[in-house]
Amino acid sequence: MKRWINKTPSKTLAFVLGVIPFILVMALYQWGSDLRKAENPNDKLLPSVSQFYSAIDRLAFTPSKRTGEYLFWKDTLSSLKRLLMGVACAAAIALILGLITGAIPLVAANFNPIITTISLIPPMAVLPLLFIVFGLGELSKVMLIIVGITPFLIRDLYQKTKEIPQEQLVKAQTLGANSVQLINRVLLPQVLPRLLDALRLSLGTAWLFLIAAEAIAATEGLGYRIFLVRRYLSMDIILPYVIWITFLAFLLDWLLVHASKKAFPWYHSAK
Amino acid sequence: MTKPQIAQPDNQSDNQSEKQTELLGQTQIEFRHVTKSYGENLVLDNINCEVKRGEFITMVGTSGCGKSTFLNMLLGTVAHTKGDILLEGNPIVAEPSPERGIVFQKYSVFPHLSVRENVAISKEFEASPILGRLFGEKRQHALEEADEWLNAVGLLAAKDKYPHELSGGMQQRLAIAQALIKHPKVLLLDEPFGALDPGIRKDMHKLVLALWQKYQLTIFMVTHDLNEGFYLGTRLWVFDKTRHDPHAPHRYGSTITFDLPIGKTDEASFQQIEQSLEASRLSA
Repeated sequence: MKRWINKTPSKTLAFVLGVIPFILVMALYQWGSDLRKAENPNDKLLPSVSQFYSAIDRLAFTPSKRTGEYLFWKDTLSSLKRLLMGVACAAAIALILGLITGAIPLVAANFNPIITTISLIPPMAVLPLLFIVFGLGELSKVMLIIVGITPFLIRDLYQKTKEIPQEQLVKAQTLGANSVQLINRVLLPQVLPRLLDALRLSLGTAWLFLIAAEAIAATEGLGYRIFLVRRYLSMDIILPYVIWITFLAFLLDWLLVHASKKAFPWYHSAK
Repeated sequence: MTKPQIAQPDNQSDNQSEKQTELLGQTQIEFRHVTKSYGENLVLDNINCEVKRGEFITMVGTSGCGKSTFLNMLLGTVAHTKGDILLEGNPIVAEPSPERGIVFQKYSVFPHLSVRENVAISKEFEASPILGRLFGEKRQHALEEADEWLNAVGLLAAKDKYPHELSGGMQQRLAIAQALIKHPKVLLLDEPFGALDPGIRKDMHKLVLALWQKYQLTIFMVTHDLNEGFYLGTRLWVFDKTRHDPHAPHRYGSTITFDLPIGKTDEASFQQIEQSLEASRLSA
């Protein structure tokens, strides 16, 4: 008999094995929900599937009685807007700083100590400061995401720039490249797919800061809604929202992977 | 332990024979009392040599003998500690420049550019000082010039591929084409065929010899393979330590212990060099 470490599942088996935990979790939930409902039909902690449906229908497909808006979509839109703005700004700052510090040792000596220091500050600790400086509006929430993920991105891109083989830099110089050309034509194009990799890693953190900021000061947004309805123990809203956020996170990750494969085929097939 | 001093070719008679074979060759590169050390660790000790235009120098030696350090000093990525290195009478620039082309064993080509773009990029560097990128008709011209060099190295059929789609030998052909389009004064090859299969290595030998003759290149090549050194070079250099202190292995540096012009590459010298390399491998 083969050793366990040498046994690999077929595609079908791998799929079945992967699906089993999901089914188990759902079955477990259903069982728990039924159990609690049998004891107290008004139980709010583990709502039934039909309660989820009516909650989703109320928020996503029925206009709100007060404002006439579809709250679920409004929340999604404003959260995604904040998230994407924050991530895009962080990516732009990190690309420029990471690339230049990675390429030019003098700039690295100048900037790396302060970047390292800033990256050690817990972003949530400066959230009050952001609210004071940038107000309670959109800007402070976007700023929290930027403050939260930019230092990591800069340091990662610095490292990735450094990892481009020295041989290529020497080669480019023997082909007559000056420093600016070398950054433009050799380093930048090779760092871009690595930036997308780094963004995938930092998206989870970006969601964390977004929801934290929305929980504290907002009038709409996925995180805001979850924390709002928590007061009424509305598990029928909180759980679908959490699943929706998970799906959005998965979708963004998927988009980044596919954009990268489409734009940088040489990067993915060389790996 | 002091190893038997290996006879260097007699300078005077050597000069005469060289004058006959390379009457037109001018001195292109000179090393004058060049020493390289890292702190206490002496790597190269008092290197003196002259290389004429059109010579094909192959350099062999055990690992750590300093042959790569020598090549890197020529390339400009390693600074020498003492002495003078002259390229056409002027001190060598201490950073890589278009005067000196290079082909490494690996990573010599740009993975994000197609084969044509890899060769054309130096034309773009030349004409576009900030972006390093040409557009439209100018770009077309650069690509067409690149095609000529791809043809010269037998890579024209693969011009639109990316490096990861090429075999190791084809990647090295590309790296050579990249270097040649700049018309470097010296072409430096750092174990360029070390990672290739023997059959492909033979093809590359033919290619390099053909290019060397056609474009009258001056070539320095580091190799692990003594046979390759004998077959390709017009001059074979062996780097080795002439003195060795077992208690302080770093005290003495390497120098060029053999300097053989091609006329002298007979079986006896091959055996003698192989034995000396074996001896230094054992003592190291």
